[in-house]
Amino acid sequence: MNHLPLIIKREYLTKVKNKSFIIMTFLSPLIMIALIAVVAYLSQLNNDKQRTISILDETGYLSDIFQNTENTTYTKLNGLDLDDAIALVKEKEDYGLLHIAKVDALDAVSNNVKFYSEESPSLSIMSGLERKIEKRLQEIKLQKDGVTLTQIEASKTNVDIAQESFEGEKSSKIDNVVKLAFGGIAGYLLFMFIIIYGNMIMRSVIEEKTSRIIEVIISSVKPIQLMMGKIIGTSLAGVTQFAIWVILGGVLMMVVSSIFGIDLSQASTPQQELMNQAMEAEGAQAMAENLITAISNLPLANLVVAFMFFFIGGYLLYSSLYAAIGAAVDNETDTQQFMLPILMPLILAVYVGVFTVIEDPHGTVSTVFSFIPFTSPVVMLMRIPFGVPLWQQGLSLVLLIGTFILAVWFAAKIYRVGILMYGKKPTYKELFKWLKY
Amino acid sequence: MNDLLVANSVSKNFGDFKALNKVSIAVPKGSIFGLLGPNGAGKTTLIRIVNQITMPDEGTVLLDGKTLKPEHIRDIGYLPEERGLYKSMKVGEQCLYLAQLKGLSKSEAKTRLKYWFDKLEIGDWWNKKIQELSKGQAQKIQFVVTVLHQPKLLIFDEPFSGFDPINANLIKDEILQLRDEGATVIFSTHRMESVEELCDHIALIHKSNKVLDGKLNDIKRQYKTNTFEVALESPNKERVLSEIQNTFEVLPATFKNLNNDIKLNVKIGENTSPNDLLSFLTSKAEVHHFVEVIPSANDIFIQTVKNN
Repeated sequence: MNHLPLIIKREYLTKVKNKSFIIMTFLSPLIMIALIAVVAYLSQLNNDKQRTISILDETGYLSDIFQNTENTTYTKLNGLDLDDAIALVKEKEDYGLLHIAKVDALDAVSNNVKFYSEESPSLSIMSGLERKIEKRLQEIKLQKDGVTLTQIEASKTNVDIAQESFEGEKSSKIDNVVKLAFGGIAGYLLFMFIIIYGNMIMRSVIEEKTSRIIEVIISSVKPIQLMMGKIIGTSLAGVTQFAIWVILGGVLMMVVSSIFGIDLSQASTPQQELMNQAMEAEGAQAMAENLITAISNLPLANLVVAFMFFFIGGYLLYSSLYAAIGAAVDNETDTQQFMLPILMPLILAVYVGVFTVIEDPHGTVSTVFSFIPFTSPVVMLMRIPFGVPLWQQGLSLVLLIGTFILAVWFAAKIYRVGILMYGKKPTYKELFKWLKY
Repeated sequence: MNDLLVANSVSKNFGDFKALNKVSIAVPKGSIFGLLGPNGAGKTTLIRIVNQITMPDEGTVLLDGKTLKPEHIRDIGYLPEERGLYKSMKVGEQCLYLAQLKGLSKSEAKTRLKYWFDKLEIGDWWNKKIQELSKGQAQKIQFVVTVLHQPKLLIFDEPFSGFDPINANLIKDEILQLRDEGATVIFSTHRMESVEELCDHIALIHKSNKVLDGKLNDIKRQYKTNTFEVALESPNKERVLSEIQNTFEVLPATFKNLNNDIKLNVKIGENTSPNDLLSFLTSKAEVHHFVEVIPSANDIFIQTVKNN
């Protein structure tokens, strides 16, 4: 008798009808969006602050380079000595005073610039000022050597190295950003999915133990059927929740940003910074075009298929272990000691993915970790957008499936024995013994 | 084929621990079979093997003459000692789910559930969650779920725990009725008075071995010691007493009686009949009370366990 569909249905419905699940499903995107909006709003507020910076330039070289901007006003002070200037700035409650001391040699100017302020100034303002002064001094020096301003302007060059593989596949920097984004999202999604829904599976196994219904159930169905039904049912509930999150999140994001006029993308992430750099380099008009080519350059078919296989394989591998843990213990507090060996490879996978794949997607470390079954789903998913030979993907998948089967066998054994053991927390040694029952 | 369930020298080890050692039982069709034994003797393991929850290391189990197969799940109804229901699930949904797991169709399950819910007068619980019910009420649901698919073999492990005397009686009557309708019942309990009341056959498992089995009456016959409880009245107590003591083995006895009599347990030899004793006694004194001491299930249990 195949009861799997029946069990899946029950697990799914129980999860989906659960009050806290419903609340979480609809509240989390709201909270997330609210949080992002608040952060974006606050950082905007921070940037919106009007600052006045006074400038006391005793050399006369630099005073005309400071142009007022939206948030910063520059006031030039003339004919004051430093002490008076500081007193004045203090009184006016200006943001700070930039002092360029009088020196004879042009070379010495750069070493005699000082900023006085009440609080320590923000890093971005300082580097902005530095950049301006450097540029100006450089120009003056060049002009002294007989180079005209137009020549200097003309000498500015922008290099964008076009990339092409031996097979003739063109790519660019923006491609890499897109690849990174795709891989990162896929890997991170899997990671989150495993943690959230693995835990849910574990809790539902523990619930069956504590409510003592388990023996009634397994007198009707095989434990492995129950376990697989639980894993699949919970995962479907998870997919439902995720889909709602994505849709709701997207809609809310649009609503919030249109109503409040807050540019949510201002809450910047490393990816976005890379994106911005690429944008600066290429110019904004070409951007959209490049983005589309970049996405179409991705091995999309491969990506989708690999995503399905690695996602499902990796998720099932971990969730069967979660189910085994749930079966081995009596309550949630006892799960801690068994959680660590599960979480370690998972976290390792994410770190390896983030640090080494960005560095070099085909380097030794990322290649090796994309074969090790416990880390391969996350790492391989991050690598695939950069183009991984099919044999590597195949081998990794075979290893993953092999391990998955082994893990399910192992988990089913633990599960079968564990669900009927009450009262005491088993040790690793006992778990090992259970495998032989 | 008069035995519904036959276990042939079933053994089961958990690591180094031997949970069952070559245990054989035969449960006759239509009987109520008491499976007894102290805590940790191996009863639950045997029951789980019958339910195919665990597999035996050695030995075979036959149901209706055929080796146990997964299809037999629907022929067995099992009420485990460690039992419960999904707390946050509604009674009706839960019963339907469990019935479907036993192979009933949804509509069939609905009809039968309605019958049982009406019979036990619990119809208005259908939309309640289990956590809103009392323990005894949940037990009733559990009982219904166990018998709903009309299995040939019913296994009850401590079925009366958690019931008040009225409901325990109700459940007892239902069990008897199921037996009368043709079901065979395996009944595991520590409450010897219900064994006495219900069981036709018993098997006693102690320290992983079966130490006793058979018809309850046969076993009682085996265990009886030809002892009779007597109360006599005589003006000359000491003389009567010494006369009896000279002829028979006599032990003191305590039981309630109206008069201040001579109360004795008298054991007679193999070749003496109860009538011989009675006529001896009537010749000496006035007999107010004369009963054969039949060992109770409780006595047999304690004696057997102690001797092993």
